[in-house]
Amino acid sequence: MASEAAGTPGCTVTVNHQAREFTGPPHANALDFLRGLGLTSCKEGCAEGECGACAILVARPDGERSRWTAVNACLLPAAALEGQHVLTAEGLGTADEPHPVQREMAERGGSQCGYCTPGFICAMAAEYYRPERAEEQVAEAPVHHADGPNGFDLHALSGNLCRCTGYRPIRDAAFALGVPEPEDQLAQPPTAGPAATDYRRADTPAGQPGRYRRPATLSEALRILAEEPGTRVVAGATDWGVEVNMKFARAQSVLAVDRLEELRRVVQTDDHVELGAACTLSELERALAGRIPLLSLLWPNFASRLIRNSATLGGNLGTGSPIGDSPPVLLALDTQLVLACSAGERVVPLHDYFTGYRQTVRRPDELITAVRIPLPLAPLVSFQKVAKRRFDDISSTAVALAFDVEAGLITRARIGLGGVAATPLRATATEQVLIGQAWSGETLRGAGGILAAEGTPMDDHRASAAYRQAMLGSALERFFAEQDSGTGAGA
Amino acid sequence: MSITHNQRPEGAAVGRSIPHESAYAHVTGAAKYTEDLAGALSGVLHAYPVQSAHAHARLLRLDASAALQVPGVRLVLTAKDIPGVNDQGAKHDEPMLPVDEVMFHGQPVAWVLGEDLEAAKAGAAAVAVDYEPLDALVTLGEAIAANSFHGIQPVIDKGEPAAALAAAPHAFSGEFEFAGQEHFYLETQSSLAHVESDGQIMVHASTQHPSETQDIVAHVLGVDAHRVTVQALRMGGAFGGKEMQPHGYAAVAALGAVLTGRPVRVRLERARDLSMTGKRHGFHASWKIGFDEHGKIMALAAQLTSDGGWSLDLSEPVLTRAMCHIDNAYWIPNIQVRGRVAKCHKTSQTAFRGFGGPQGMLVIENILGEVAPKLGLSAQELRRRNFYVPGQDTPYYQPVRHAERLHRVWEKVLESSQFATRREQIEAFNAAHPNSKRGLAITPVKFGISFNFTAFNQAGALVLVYKDGSVLLTHGGTEMGQGVHTKVLQVAATALGVPLSYLRLAPTRTDKVPNTSATAASTGSDLNGAAVKDACEQILARLSVLAAGELEAEASEVVFADGAAHACGRSVDWKTLVSKAYFSRIQLSAAGYYSTPGLHWDLSAMRGEPFKYFAYGAAVSEVQVSRFDGSYQLRRVDIVHDVGDSLSPLVDRGQIEGGFIQGAGWLTLEDLRWETKGPHRGRLATASASTYKLPSFSEMPPVFNVEFLQDAHEDGVVYGSKAVGEPPLMLAFSVREALRQAVAAFGPAGHSVKLASPATPEAVFWAVQEAQEAREGTGHVD
Repeated sequence: MASEAAGTPGCTVTVNHQAREFTGPPHANALDFLRGLGLTSCKEGCAEGECGACAILVARPDGERSRWTAVNACLLPAAALEGQHVLTAEGLGTADEPHPVQREMAERGGSQCGYCTPGFICAMAAEYYRPERAEEQVAEAPVHHADGPNGFDLHALSGNLCRCTGYRPIRDAAFALGVPEPEDQLAQPPTAGPAATDYRRADTPAGQPGRYRRPATLSEALRILAEEPGTRVVAGATDWGVEVNMKFARAQSVLAVDRLEELRRVVQTDDHVELGAACTLSELERALAGRIPLLSLLWPNFASRLIRNSATLGGNLGTGSPIGDSPPVLLALDTQLVLACSAGERVVPLHDYFTGYRQTVRRPDELITAVRIPLPLAPLVSFQKVAKRRFDDISSTAVALAFDVEAGLITRARIGLGGVAATPLRATATEQVLIGQAWSGETLRGAGGILAAEGTPMDDHRASAAYRQAMLGSALERFFAEQDSGTGAGA
Repeated sequence: MSITHNQRPEGAAVGRSIPHESAYAHVTGAAKYTEDLAGALSGVLHAYPVQSAHAHARLLRLDASAALQVPGVRLVLTAKDIPGVNDQGAKHDEPMLPVDEVMFHGQPVAWVLGEDLEAAKAGAAAVAVDYEPLDALVTLGEAIAANSFHGIQPVIDKGEPAAALAAAPHAFSGEFEFAGQEHFYLETQSSLAHVESDGQIMVHASTQHPSETQDIVAHVLGVDAHRVTVQALRMGGAFGGKEMQPHGYAAVAALGAVLTGRPVRVRLERARDLSMTGKRHGFHASWKIGFDEHGKIMALAAQLTSDGGWSLDLSEPVLTRAMCHIDNAYWIPNIQVRGRVAKCHKTSQTAFRGFGGPQGMLVIENILGEVAPKLGLSAQELRRRNFYVPGQDTPYYQPVRHAERLHRVWEKVLESSQFATRREQIEAFNAAHPNSKRGLAITPVKFGISFNFTAFNQAGALVLVYKDGSVLLTHGGTEMGQGVHTKVLQVAATALGVPLSYLRLAPTRTDKVPNTSATAASTGSDLNGAAVKDACEQILARLSVLAAGELEAEASEVVFADGAAHACGRSVDWKTLVSKAYFSRIQLSAAGYYSTPGLHWDLSAMRGEPFKYFAYGAAVSEVQVSRFDGSYQLRRVDIVHDVGDSLSPLVDRGQIEGGFIQGAGWLTLEDLRWETKGPHRGRLATASASTYKLPSFSEMPPVFNVEFLQDAHEDGVVYGSKAVGEPPLMLAFSVREALRQAVAAFGPAGHSVKLASPATPEAVFWAVQEAQEAREGTGHVD
């Protein structure tokens, strides 16, 4: 079988403006592929999308145009790049003709040991070319220190770790960038290549066959799922990539749904907003533009820009993890999931979706196609993610709240919890107690004990059970303080 | 032209703010690291470890036969394959591969060599190992309770501590256990070895200590040192974690290369690196301190126990440096410090930026922060009152050179940070905000520069001038991002009086400069800069005789500057002069050497002058803490630091800022956790980037002001400069103390705050709870 598979053609990727051939095993990631080409700027720092040392630029579709999108090469299957355009630090400039991002970083002391630097360069270049940045640049003075006077959003670098500099010179380099010159060819990224891919190769030294497929249509994807049980579904592969790299997981068949048009729409009707399950979180953030305030609170707290550029809601829900950051928020929003199989589709409330640790009602032949958020939205919302590090950390606990208050009384309460049980939870007991109660500090403080009892938290390396319980216990009071102060910080 | 002559000529290359010498190679991806060299070799084998599943066990059976059946597996290395000495450390207590006993969870028991990494991993999974689990000591507390110690147990003793403590009007005592730190260099441990045509064993290693890597590779292979060449191209960060740790991996690669005749690469994946390599030592301290009526320290008695892990590694010198820094900036007339190293079944803890200094200093800073309210003093006043003044000496009897600089940095940063004004603003903020409190703190640093171990304070260099006037430099220092190569280039350009463009610096190699010391203890540019300068001066001494003839002057009148030799108003161009020197048969190369003068140290008495000088600094930090979850933000940092006359200001500022944030990571965020119960007892629970969090952009203070102390020439050091690699890390005590201030603001007036280290949001939350309870207990409720 190995020889038969080896006879199929490799896939062609345009790397730094040159056509290159990938012929490695289907599980191989873009990091190893690029390093194998001698493009050693791409570094493995952690192999799980946490450090950004492997960040590269991929031209991704963006409506009519495409945009340079920075992603972690360590999590991206190389086969997913078929027909795509990729840039690494080597492709952006040379010592004699550095790219503006490279010049600023070098001159301002943005590199010390240099190992994380090419990844920073790519993440920074993506933000340099972000089409909206120039518009933001002429806006008012920055409101947050994460925004530079040039419209540079420092969150673009939140997935890059540097152990040497302490970041200040990197920030200064980012904030010193101008806008791309008119003759800068890279400012108009090439069109993203076609979606469909079917890549087969021997996957293991023993010659087991492996296959990475990206079908062109939803019906094709559903047919494969129905006919080939055991197929591994991925969207952005930000979870699967970790399994492959860290746990030596291998699948004979991987089905990528990230480019299925049917899963990439954002549609608003009178009674709901429907978010395509394969839209990346960055795409949703742009498409919604603040229309769903609770999601706006989620985005900056969900991993890093590098991850959000690949990760999807479908993926975050598909894994069924109890510590994913989107479920508490989506639970508080009363979200429904659209699940499709060859025979048709069904709609499942998210509240009924999780059945146990990494277990859900989704059958192996079903795909999550969309996430439906009912309208109107509750006006009072809060997202309280508690973690050791402020950005890009896995939550110890996460509490999302969405309340309606009419004439001083709580008329609707939805509370989603993460990190306090084997599944994400709705705090239904607390919700029921609060309905009809006065919206006051006293009421909310008083209900803290009920909320604290809704989870069954554990001790682990992230936090103690007692701390997790205390976080539940204080969530309502904190919610009231945030709303009361109007700052969102509850100071 | 002597080395003590450290005045700078006008227009010198030293002191210029220039980018790192590899900056453009870094940003364009052209800079190569050890691992990147493998692509240029053919037939490279990949090594992958089989790791112990127990913290402590007898090794009953190790059967590699199934692994050898895995396609692509070429060889499985076990202890039996080692032809020389099975030891990867310097203390002969650290077998490279275990013979009959495993000592920590994750310890490599065999290495599988495969045609690719996939094959090596599959092979490693197929190696059968039988263990008989033995009792394990996992925590520091368990080791202390079991009386499990190794190595020396030194004592510092000065004055009459017992009598002074008994007489002190204010005496306090306590215990404090605090965590270590993972280096998390972005480039994990990496080695690549191959055997050259003449049997020379070439080892590329990411190592801070190439000469010791060479020694250990040689003794593992059972060959003389001259058979082994180690090259350290550049490191993707090291921070002390590549001072001792690389040797074993280099030896695995070298042994594999010798046995197979093929190049062998060892590169640890992050999770392997975290679970196998040593870390900063966590410590336990028990202490008693006495103050007089004015808040002056009369005496301190302390016992420090470091968490050494399974083998000694550098634990002894780390311990002695910790003991030598327990005074930090403070005059302690009567003192006894006892030190010991706990032996337990964890990774063997090792050097980490500061090398014990931070741990010793944390003990005294924690004491002062905790007891200030009990003495009725502000923490900054208590600290200031106890500063050294000129004429005083340390607990190990070394006079405190330039003690006045401590006062200067302190006053300067109080002023530049507008400390007094902001303190008032913060009090107003805190009064108005029940759910958030801000804290402002200032802390000092005094840090001794030189290796405590006197013999390490030497360095060599090789300077080659070619006939065309170009110059190639090699020195014993290794580049890990700290900028030693940049500084050495600036030193050489200054010494030779030529433009930087004439110079090139070649990678560090043991066959260019032998018997080098580790690039460590912040001494990289002090030692190697001086050695390079010595070599340059030897060459100039010869050239000046020739130039004198050309310029019709005395040799002593010749000055080298701006790419020429000058005397009596005449000049001869450098390149012309060099060419003439060659044809005049004048040697154009020199081996430079430097040894730090005046050092002496008696380890048995913990007494002497181990340090050439002290580096000083002070920092002011402001934080804001939320009572709901204990989360906090670092709002502003102001630093004044003494770098002497800076050799390279951009590099020095980078060291200060980077050291500070790394220190803040240690003290607040980075949280090493081991499983202490269950079937995986002893396993590192935070062995990945997703579970061990280092500072990211969110920890950078939005306002970060750094100034160098002015008028800070350090006489007797290369061009009046000072070491800067480690001292700034300890400026981060100001963050921890600011957190303490903010937490205290939740409590009643004069509330003494006990704070865990690291002060994670959870730790701060519990401290806030305690403060609030104390406030409720006193009836002061908002």
